[in-house]
Amino acid sequence: MPNREQLRERALKAVNKPAALGADIDLAQFDLSPVERRPMDKEELLSLPPIEKQRLMMAGIDVTESERSGTYIQMDTSVVRCGTKQEGIEVIPIRQALEKYDWIWDYYWKLVAVDADKYTAAVELNLHDGYVIRALPGAKSVYPVQACLYIDKPNLQQNVHNIIIAEEDSELHIITGCSTSPHTTRGAHLGISEFFVKKNAKLSFTMIHNWAEDMVVRPRSVARVEEGGLFLNNYICMKPVRTLQLYPTTHLVGENAVARYYSIIVGSPGSEYDVGGRVHLKEVGTRAEIVARTISNGGKIIARGHLIGEVPDIKAHLECKGLILNGGIIHAIPELEGRVDGVEMSHEAAVGKIAAEEIAYLMSRGLSEDEATATIVRGFLSVDIPGLPPQLKAEIDRAVEQSDKTVM
Amino acid sequence: MLLIEDLEVELAGKKLLKHIDLEIKPGETHILFGPNGSGKTSLLMTIMGYPQYKVTGGKIIFKGVDITHLPINERAELGIGMAYQRPPTIHGVKTHQMVKICARDRDVEVTELARRVNFQDFLDRDVNVGFSGGEIKRSELLQLMAQDPDLMLFDEPESGVDIENIALVGQTIARLLQKECTPTDIKSMLQVKRERTKMGLIITHTGHILEYVNADKGQVLFDGVLSCSDNPRGILECISQMGYEECVRCQIASN
Repeated sequence: MPNREQLRERALKAVNKPAALGADIDLAQFDLSPVERRPMDKEELLSLPPIEKQRLMMAGIDVTESERSGTYIQMDTSVVRCGTKQEGIEVIPIRQALEKYDWIWDYYWKLVAVDADKYTAAVELNLHDGYVIRALPGAKSVYPVQACLYIDKPNLQQNVHNIIIAEEDSELHIITGCSTSPHTTRGAHLGISEFFVKKNAKLSFTMIHNWAEDMVVRPRSVARVEEGGLFLNNYICMKPVRTLQLYPTTHLVGENAVARYYSIIVGSPGSEYDVGGRVHLKEVGTRAEIVARTISNGGKIIARGHLIGEVPDIKAHLECKGLILNGGIIHAIPELEGRVDGVEMSHEAAVGKIAAEEIAYLMSRGLSEDEATATIVRGFLSVDIPGLPPQLKAEIDRAVEQSDKTVM
Repeated sequence: MLLIEDLEVELAGKKLLKHIDLEIKPGETHILFGPNGSGKTSLLMTIMGYPQYKVTGGKIIFKGVDITHLPINERAELGIGMAYQRPPTIHGVKTHQMVKICARDRDVEVTELARRVNFQDFLDRDVNVGFSGGEIKRSELLQLMAQDPDLMLFDEPESGVDIENIALVGQTIARLLQKECTPTDIKSMLQVKRERTKMGLIITHTGHILEYVNADKGQVLFDGVLSCSDNPRGILECISQMGYEECVRCQIASN
């Protein structure tokens, strides 16, 4: 372990460093101690109580594993299930990878700075686990790989570090769900994710958050996309949370690399969501698109977006639309930063309400007022995401269907 | 049957329709003429039940039910439907979903229906998003075909439709309104015609629709008042020759 000590030293210096955005959280209130759990075989996974299975399903996890090429499930601090069904796709717990493989050091903390803030520092100083998912050169995942970070123990602070690598010419699809068990409403989740999309590789990453009323959530993620690569980053959160702040950043470092972000947020009362996406376009021909749909149902949502065009002949667009349905706040902050001549960047932001004439139109086709409203809301939240496999499209549609219950 | 008695309607405090009496019997189609701003669309919107059109007097009875104050969807359930001139766009709702919504519990072959109005390529598009004028008209007809109401309100169904599609639109409306009927072995033409139930009220500026739809009656709405009720072709001829100015004289004469 060449530089673990140095990382530790840097982390120690940052343990009290507040983050640039989001409420400052006193981490001392949470419990860090590891929770030992046995690995689960498939039978055990299938025989979980229905209510727990439901929580997993809502986070996009298929317990039958039938249409998944690999699975990683971490409960609290322990990995309970980890494996892959497809050759060329690897799923390894990160602690195991750090012990066994030298190559991991080319990736670990290479994109996210260990001393970025107190949360990155906390993860390095008390790493519970996390996943390494890698598609070998040329490998194409037939089905998505699923990963789940589950919190069962009340008041736990879960520290995870994930590394995702799509090697040259590979195609990798991941669905990752985060959830708490039905009896746990309070806790913290700190998660580092580093994405490496190599030459001409394609990576889609769909994250569904299903937290609870008193959860503190601070993900930190950065991606690096090489020449001709595609990074598709989808984020869905329709459940309450105490405070959530994330601002995933992508660096497009090779010609014609593409990043696309799609987020769907439904904000519940008492919840605060500070979400965004940032893309640096650093090479000619790179393109980026950030699309956000937010609904406030009494919660507070800050929807950020930041596109930085560093070279000519890049194209970037940001679209941020919000509906305030039952009180709350939506604060859209779209930023475009062109640093040279010859960039092409645009944005479109809107915060409003459902148009009465759309409701009336649907009512004249026979829908009741409530049905018409639900139809419009579902339409608003359903964005077409090109390049997403059907299983993942189905998971997003399922989550959006669920939104009816949250919104109405 | 649709029966409107002494109807008065206001929009944002301004009186738009005055003393409207209108009767459409089962099987009948009426054409509504009138200059811009005369209140034609307002009359349709009021029959459909748009709440901003406030009924300040009179009543609307449909199939024996007083619908004057019923919400829009209950009127739709009773069998009233409308093809809009400028419907709103609904993002994220696909046209094929919309057709299913219109069909409610009935089974419809969406693609087959769409083919009839040459609209099968638009089924995966969001409702009305980026549709041209003519495409909107065909989309509206497709929705009405799925909804199959008994009283159909058409707001300028031929405006913006290109020459290639005008016949298609006209014939589709005629079929919806059971105007294209043929005698069978058992029933004579007269019997078939008598058994027609569909009712129509069509707004037109150009009168092109009359080439395809054999309408029973024409009405002229002028300044919020129904001023004339006659053979639709006769009315069209009169308007084309003398303009709506003549309607003013007729109105004064009838008072």
